[in-house]
Amino acid sequence: MMKENFQNFYKYRYLLFDLVIKDLKIKYRRSVLGFAWSILNPLLMMVVITAVFQNVFKSNIENFPVYYLTGYLFFSFLTEATNMSMRSVMGAASLIKKVYIPKYLFPLEKCIFCFVNMLLSFVAVIIVMLVLRVPITPTFFAFPIPMLYLFVFTVGLSLFLAAANVFFRDIEHLYGVFTTAWMYLTPIFYPMEMLPDFMTNVLRFNPLYHYVLYFRAIVLGNHMPDLHSNLVCMGFSLIMLIIGIAFFKKKQDKFILYI
Amino acid sequence: MENIAVSVKNVTMKFNMSKEKVDNIKEYIVKLLKRQLMYTEFTALDDISFDVKKGEVFGIVGLNGSGKSTTLKIVSGILKPTKGSVQVFGTISPLIELGAGFDHDLTARENIFLNGYVLGYSKDYIKEKFDSIVEFSELEEFLDVPIKNFSSGMIARLGFAIATVVRPDILIVDEILSVGDYKFQEKCEKRIADMMAGGTTVIIVSHSIEQIQRLCDRVLWLEKGKMKELGEAEYVCGKYKNQ
Ligand SMILES: Nc1ncnc2c1ncn2[C@@H]1O[C@H](COP(=O)(O)OP(=O)(O)O)[C@@H](O)[C@H]1O
Ligand SMILES: [Mg+2]
Repeated sequence: MMKENFQNFYKYRYLLFDLVIKDLKIKYRRSVLGFAWSILNPLLMMVVITAVFQNVFKSNIENFPVYYLTGYLFFSFLTEATNMSMRSVMGAASLIKKVYIPKYLFPLEKCIFCFVNMLLSFVAVIIVMLVLRVPITPTFFAFPIPMLYLFVFTVGLSLFLAAANVFFRDIEHLYGVFTTAWMYLTPIFYPMEMLPDFMTNVLRFNPLYHYVLYFRAIVLGNHMPDLHSNLVCMGFSLIMLIIGIAFFKKKQDKFILYI
Repeated sequence: MENIAVSVKNVTMKFNMSKEKVDNIKEYIVKLLKRQLMYTEFTALDDISFDVKKGEVFGIVGLNGSGKSTTLKIVSGILKPTKGSVQVFGTISPLIELGAGFDHDLTARENIFLNGYVLGYSKDYIKEKFDSIVEFSELEEFLDVPIKNFSSGMIARLGFAIATVVRPDILIVDEILSVGDYKFQEKCEKRIADMMAGGTTVIIVSHSIEQIQRLCDRVLWLEKGKMKELGEAEYVCGKYKNQ
């Protein structure tokens, strides 16, 4: 069964990559600034947020632009990927009705597409670090690890949302509200010290909080998170992935009756 | 058992035919509270069983809406039956909707690759077969034209050429022989005949009872989702014509 699934995935890998390339072409062909936009967008956001926080709130986080960008990068990847995935099965309705294709390809493709975008935006982080003369240390090059944790988590959540959205279309709206709350429950632009103790405890249940902290530790803090942090991150990722796969698998045969 | 290509056992397919589809949580909860959550089911196929032998040409006839396409979709794995089981022995190539998976903004060349991937071909395989696909579809001059500018006949030609470039163990054909012009229909029929001669198992649905009688060994007659007759082509087609 497992082996069959992998063989099937292997067979459709070309389709997966072709769909990713197609999305990338569409995204970058349509915007005048091309690839530069992926880098420019986080930079512009950074300028605005930095101006607000350092002048209005007198925030004193060290290297605030990088602090903000690292959080922003992870949060926007997660929300973009899940939102696109959520609509992906519906979007592929005409195809799903006519040919046999493994249906998980559609949310997975959106996650990969957004992951590529995140890597491009990561260039913005590097540029800012160079400009601000933030030292790039050897631990910096461990950045794929937190990205991988986040990716696995996102795929799991995307599968879950994509399947749920076929049956209940208003999940999209509920999820919009949910992500707003999620943003405030993730230390993207505020310092952790600002939070009261009970809030810090609440945040521990937020997987994104752990991924962002991990990412910042290696990019800014110049230290590798310990085994415990790794296990926590891995745990959240795997549990979400298993939930997502199980739910998607259970529901996928019914998709065609609802799309 | 080893000479069976497709085995369909007690397949029942039910569709949800509620007039107003409940597709959001709000309505779902409201209806749940009011106890109005009713599903009107529609049985498109009712306890269908048949085996198709290796190398056989198997036809399905019946009026519109009798469940022929649904049967083919279940055999191809596009639909999962509500009850019953389907076993398929060998690779399957469905010609159900030609050009499903075409992206109309892309050129014919790009679509050959895209559609090939949708059918699960590898990149190298498509490259290898590219010329023969183009030749069969007779679209050499239009390779770099977006297919939104194509006629439906041209799209069908391209779709047929891509889907039939492989030699599958089982070929599934749903009324596609009625698209395109007379010349192209002949060409398609010849290619299918070649595959049959090569030992490919074929399951075919066609409007033309003459075509079914001419091509098939055995025929299944569906009526409103139920099996009406199953037997030799001559016999079933004869009865079907005289109903
Ligand atoms: N996705 C679907 N949802 C609801 N009803 C469907 C669906 N697909 C087919 N049907 C119904 O099932 C019946 C059989 O359809 P079909 O198999 O296409 O018939 P045929 O190909 O013999 O003309 C029809 O009444 C059709 O309306
Ligand atoms: Mg039909």
